[in-house]
Amino acid sequence: MDLSSKNSRLFLDGITKRYPGCLANDDISIRVDPGSIHAILGENGAGKSTLMKIIYGVVKPDSGKLYWEGQETKINAPVDARKLGIGMVFQHFSLFQTLSVVENIALGLDQNTSSDLDELAERIVEVSAKYGMPLEPHRLVHTLSTGERQRVEIVRCLIQDIKLLILDEPTSVLTPQEVNSLFETLRQLAAEGSSILFISHKLKEIQSLCDSATVLRGGRVSGACNPREESTTSMAKMMVGDETQISSEYPKAKDSLQDFLSVQHLNLKTDDIFGIDLKDINFSARKGEILGIAGVAGNGQTELLSALSGETILEEPNVIVFPDSDLTHCNPMQRRALGMGFVPEDRLGHGAVPDMSLRDNALLTGFLQGLIGRGFLKNKAIDGFTASIIDQFDVKCGGHNSLAKSLSGGNLQKFIIGREVLQTPKCLIAAHPTWGVDIGAATSIHKALIALRDQGASIIIISEDIDELFTISDRICALFDGQLSPIKPTNETTIDELGSWMAGVFGRQQVA
Amino acid sequence: MRIKLEARGQQSKLMSYASPILAAVLTLICGAFLFWILGKPPLQALHTFLIMPISDPYRIAELLVKAGPIVLCAIGLSICFRANVWNIGAEGQLLMGGLVGSCAALWLLDAQGIWVLPVVLLAGIVAGAAWAAIPAFLKNYFNTNEILSTIMLNYISLNILLHGVHGPLKDPDGFNFPESAMFSDWQIMPIILDGTRLHLGVTFALLAMVGIWVLMSRTFVGFQIKVLGGDERSAHFAGFKEKRLVWLCLLICGGLAGLAGVGEVTGPIGQLVPNISPGYGYAAIIVAFLGRLHPLGILFAGLLMALLYMGGEMVQIQLDLPRAITGVFQGMLLLFLLICDVLIAYRFVIEKSVSKRVEPSISIESQTVAIEGK
Repeated sequence: MDLSSKNSRLFLDGITKRYPGCLANDDISIRVDPGSIHAILGENGAGKSTLMKIIYGVVKPDSGKLYWEGQETKINAPVDARKLGIGMVFQHFSLFQTLSVVENIALGLDQNTSSDLDELAERIVEVSAKYGMPLEPHRLVHTLSTGERQRVEIVRCLIQDIKLLILDEPTSVLTPQEVNSLFETLRQLAAEGSSILFISHKLKEIQSLCDSATVLRGGRVSGACNPREESTTSMAKMMVGDETQISSEYPKAKDSLQDFLSVQHLNLKTDDIFGIDLKDINFSARKGEILGIAGVAGNGQTELLSALSGETILEEPNVIVFPDSDLTHCNPMQRRALGMGFVPEDRLGHGAVPDMSLRDNALLTGFLQGLIGRGFLKNKAIDGFTASIIDQFDVKCGGHNSLAKSLSGGNLQKFIIGREVLQTPKCLIAAHPTWGVDIGAATSIHKALIALRDQGASIIIISEDIDELFTISDRICALFDGQLSPIKPTNETTIDELGSWMAGVFGRQQVA
Repeated sequence: MRIKLEARGQQSKLMSYASPILAAVLTLICGAFLFWILGKPPLQALHTFLIMPISDPYRIAELLVKAGPIVLCAIGLSICFRANVWNIGAEGQLLMGGLVGSCAALWLLDAQGIWVLPVVLLAGIVAGAAWAAIPAFLKNYFNTNEILSTIMLNYISLNILLHGVHGPLKDPDGFNFPESAMFSDWQIMPIILDGTRLHLGVTFALLAMVGIWVLMSRTFVGFQIKVLGGDERSAHFAGFKEKRLVWLCLLICGGLAGLAGVGEVTGPIGQLVPNISPGYGYAAIIVAFLGRLHPLGILFAGLLMALLYMGGEMVQIQLDLPRAITGVFQGMLLLFLLICDVLIAYRFVIEKSVSKRVEPSISIESQTVAIEGK
């Protein structure tokens, strides 16, 4: 195998990493050449993140060898990786909100290079301009948009001589326009000879950007290909295996005119200093349709959901009306009694209690489904309800008494969606219904939502995944900085238009 | 070959039951060592400390008399702790129950009839609950940390009690001793086993055990309490009324602790004295955790704790050792329990050093687990 490490930038040979109860990486070998943009493709839990952490020295492999520019190398810590010229942009940014851009970047550098902040600021301006990612070095990080924060992370890597840049799901926080400009930057970097490892599960992006790809499934390499020569379907098959059904076409709902849930002049000042105030939001969700609300995370989604669910109680009357009742003073329990259902964005520790069984978590919001009699728990009914969620939504678990936290993210999400859908709500409000869920499970969640819609329910989906919103929603809009864009039927708008709404370009007069 | 602490994939059921037993065994071993340092033969001392207190039926009855108030307080605390309401104030609630119960008894000193005792007991329960209502109010409306407010209220209630017993409640015919008048027969708990001090109050502990068990495992309110303690955000999401649940937990606990207090003054003591509790309310905190917050576990842990109290008196009499031994044993028991609880989420693995790679003894991943687990 030594031959194949020749002339390569990075060569992994038989990397294996075992965690208690799970083999995260099983004999993985990958070769990355200088100037190549290499995709690591796989579903959640396929072992992508573990592998990247091994390359960056955060995690140590149990066995296997790593060759850097042909030499066998041990990377014991991120410091070693940075010395070799490896930079990593994590999915969750590691920036201090209250510090400025230059201060944040200085913190990640070696002491001798970071002593002079003014000099560093000049270099930041220089590097960021060169790669088309303008940054103001003295702005505080909490005033930056998500896209700009990602630039800080990337510039932090570029300020040193970079030979390998690892990006973990970088596009999930960007608008489509921002994705395009990121890709320009990455192509320019590759042209200058840097190698790029691009982790993603979005096949179209990989096709447009990458020149080689390694597909992981269940901790093993399940295929390697040139993405430009493959169809998205063939790559998806490598990713999920043959048995999983991948379907993505759903009929749109017939025009419905009956307003079900209406929101008028919703203003909300948040107590969280890093939260987003909601500014005069108006919309109505109609019976028998799915309304999609797009937006980059941190533009008021959390606040909107908590106002709709009643976790935050509004003061002004008649802001949220469903179908004829004013919900101003209704807490989440009363809203559920009126026929509403909610799926919060965090499944563990919000949508489900981590240390409680599935049975208890079924009861958590299902208590209005005849599970309680005179204040006492009806154990048989609870077992029945739990069993029907597990059966109908194909939740893989150890049984009714498995703890919520023992389930994989995708299975827990199926459980939570199932719990809400089986209560046949008249109005379901779901945040990121398929976030981190594998393709097969996402398809079944989408089918369940469409079926609920066809029964006449009104569904609101808040999601960052534009493809998902275009697939299932009947009308679509975007949230930017606590303001809502115009709402259009999905088949009368384009990804570009939605992208510009997500970036805040919409007629403000409609909002004002 | 090295021994390494590794995160288990999931919590070990076996260890969560074995840990209190392991803690008890370690306490015994260290206790024996302690006696040896103090110059007493360890085995004989342990025999005096732990076996002699239960060597005849009278003493067993005494054990139950001591366990009663401890279990009552611990049962109450268990529902607070389940809800993540860290009530450390069972001692103060107990003292207030004893004090106000005594006031009621003294006020009704000449009254006769079967109704007198229930009125006295009710006064104690209400007083304990009212004392617990203070931290509940502060927590709900001013977001005050209940750990601090309940601890401070313990000292306040002790001083109110001392003021009462040295002042207005002192027996006028009592030769200026800081004691109230003796209660009348109508105010004293009936003895349920002749020849012993075993009184009706002990059965209250059993009733409370059953009642709280039903509440926590069979009712929706109990479920809501568990959700609140397990994950406050989920409770909020489900629309449970958190403030109401905090009120409920603290009022129930206060009521039970108050009952324990009034049960002492109308039971084995028979009058109000300055020291109606040798720290039962504090011991109950250990008992609640040692019993895994489960009523049956609390019963066993409460009996063990009562045994430590009696053992302390026994070594004082027989071996001329200070009664503070009881406190040392209580402390060791809690310490070892907390230590052994690590094994619920972690396990020891023996690693044969084949590779020369140096790894930190707790890897980054397991630390992450520990943080998430908290």
